[in-house]
Amino acid sequence: MNAPQTPHALHFMPSAGFRARAKDVVENPFLRQSFRGAMDFLMSKRAAQFPDPEELESLRRLGERIRQYNLAKLPDLLVQLESNLTRNGIQVHWAETPEEANAIILGICQKHSAKLMVKGKSMVSEEIELNHAAEAAGIGALESDMGEYIVQLAHEKPSHIIMPAIHKTKEQIAKLFHENVPGVDYTDNVDALIQIGRNVLRQKFLEADIGLSGVNFAVAETGTLCLVENEGNGRMCTTAPPVHIAITGIEKIVEKLEHVPPLLSLLTRSATGQNISTYFNMISSPRKPGEKDGPGEVHLVLLDNGRSQAYADEQLRKTLQCIRCGACMNHCPVYTRIGGHAYGTTYPGPIGKIISPHMLGLEATANMATASSLCGACGEVCPVKIPIPELLIRLREESFTAPHANPTMRGQGAGHNARISAIWRAWSAIYASPALYRAASWLASRFRWLTPRRQAGWTSVRTPLQPAPKRLRDLIKERP
Amino acid sequence: MSARDRILAKLKATAPESAGDLPDVGGWYADHRTQESTADKAKRFRHFIELAHAEVYSVSRGGWLQKLYEVLSAKQIDKLLVAPGTVHGARAQSDLPPLGIACPGYDTPIENWKPAMFNDTPAGFTAARGAIAETGTLILWPNADEPRLMSLVPPVHIVLLDAANIYNTFHEAMQTEGWQDGLPTNSLLISGPSKTADIQQTLAYGAHGPKELVVLMIEENV
Repeated sequence: MNAPQTPHALHFMPSAGFRARAKDVVENPFLRQSFRGAMDFLMSKRAAQFPDPEELESLRRLGERIRQYNLAKLPDLLVQLESNLTRNGIQVHWAETPEEANAIILGICQKHSAKLMVKGKSMVSEEIELNHAAEAAGIGALESDMGEYIVQLAHEKPSHIIMPAIHKTKEQIAKLFHENVPGVDYTDNVDALIQIGRNVLRQKFLEADIGLSGVNFAVAETGTLCLVENEGNGRMCTTAPPVHIAITGIEKIVEKLEHVPPLLSLLTRSATGQNISTYFNMISSPRKPGEKDGPGEVHLVLLDNGRSQAYADEQLRKTLQCIRCGACMNHCPVYTRIGGHAYGTTYPGPIGKIISPHMLGLEATANMATASSLCGACGEVCPVKIPIPELLIRLREESFTAPHANPTMRGQGAGHNARISAIWRAWSAIYASPALYRAASWLASRFRWLTPRRQAGWTSVRTPLQPAPKRLRDLIKERP
Repeated sequence: MSARDRILAKLKATAPESAGDLPDVGGWYADHRTQESTADKAKRFRHFIELAHAEVYSVSRGGWLQKLYEVLSAKQIDKLLVAPGTVHGARAQSDLPPLGIACPGYDTPIENWKPAMFNDTPAGFTAARGAIAETGTLILWPNADEPRLMSLVPPVHIVLLDAANIYNTFHEAMQTEGWQDGLPTNSLLISGPSKTADIQQTLAYGAHGPKELVVLMIEENV
């Protein structure tokens, strides 16, 4: 493992504000209601797709096996994918950092003197903050997924990886469109709002120089990029403009085409409770001679951005099994209460808590893994059986144990506090020795009047804790 | 060292020694998915794609053109984009114009007529290569004769499907047809008209792709 590198400068909100932002949302009844309603809706839709618990469990086991098999062969599969894509005419680029990925994408744009890039939904493009980089380079980057378009108009970030505008009400969107789209009257009719978005973006698909997309699965044996979507904007971005650039994390590879159907079924059923998405788009080459449409150039950018750090550790590698369905956030009692923005990272919720530390370093994410009651819901619904609660405990250890030489993770020990560690060590010593425990509890009940009224975070929403006047062992002794 | 070499070196240095046996995907499908007759598959296909808001009409091998005309008339569409290099496209192009429906052919690269495709093409007519019963899904392999945008840009997409080509599952379709040995430029699964639930989880059709999807399904007993 190399020496930990400095985290790159991106526009993520500082993790130090995590607790404050979480508190703000918890006190906002409108946001609470939006998220509660949306999560209940998504949970019931998912449940309806998996009526047979045996089928669900065996399919999850298959999904887990497929992901682990492909991760085990990852370096070989990346080479195989590159060679087959290249044979098919798709140009492959590699980026270790977000900066490198942005430079590659903007370089392609500049080569084509591009003015406008239309974007299909891609969380990896959010991860590298491509829109900011494009704007700085004078290239328009326009989100075309309805949710992403809304979020971009509002100068916000997605609050959910599948439903980016889940935090917004239709009235807020109506106001946003009325104020930002020329010639649009206020309407909160959802069909009308979607038609407004459709009409605006249609012209952009027609004009755009570059189409950008993510990738759901990259198939090594055939050299194929697969995209899952409902709206058709992903197909537009990958078909209408003269150049298509796809970007993906290095982990999204499967060796065999036949690995795709089980993962696709798990993905759409877990994510939105659909038996399949409206479109499943498989792209294997640029336009061939004689073909009348499709981009003449197709590029794939493979991004590491900390994934190889997770890969290096057998337990942390399981993080990379993720197929980005979002079921863990839909079922998370913490996410449901604080929403996606409070986390301050591209990926919120349970998956965000376990993947973000590899991308941003524990320095910026030390508290994230503590935002969990370890109830286990995320691990229970994960379609590829990522043991998220175990990984959260592991990340807490990585954050809060004293910094040591040769850390597995960048920023190991970032949350370490000598005083708190000493308190926990003392606690552990007292509870491990009957004699010490007796003495300590005797002292605690005698000196209970010394208990402070304000007890750090505890008393902000609860009454203070105070040792009982008599210990349980004393009460038992007094019984007749 | 390039970014490529550095990434690969890091992964190779830490990869597990063995990946174990290939996952038994075929075994899972054999244990969990039943094989059905063509009629049953057609019924299930129709059930699921109709749930996704598509219109399905059963037609005979000789009668699909009449149904195509009826569908267009009912929707008051007087212009249909066809693929003149295909049998069904040529047939539509020869038989529909006398009935008052113009049938421009997609016979020139999109660069020559992109604005007309986006702004002045109310409907497109293509065939499906096959379908999937389990999810109510059409399989399309666009090609030089029947290009990709035909099934995407026009607000109404009409598809001709032969029910004999319906598979039980996506897995069965790709295994039977040997897709792993070579995929075309673009292959598609389409399971309804374009839709979104991005505004307050309210389902709306016609987000960016076709607002309406019509399937003319050729069945032997019709």
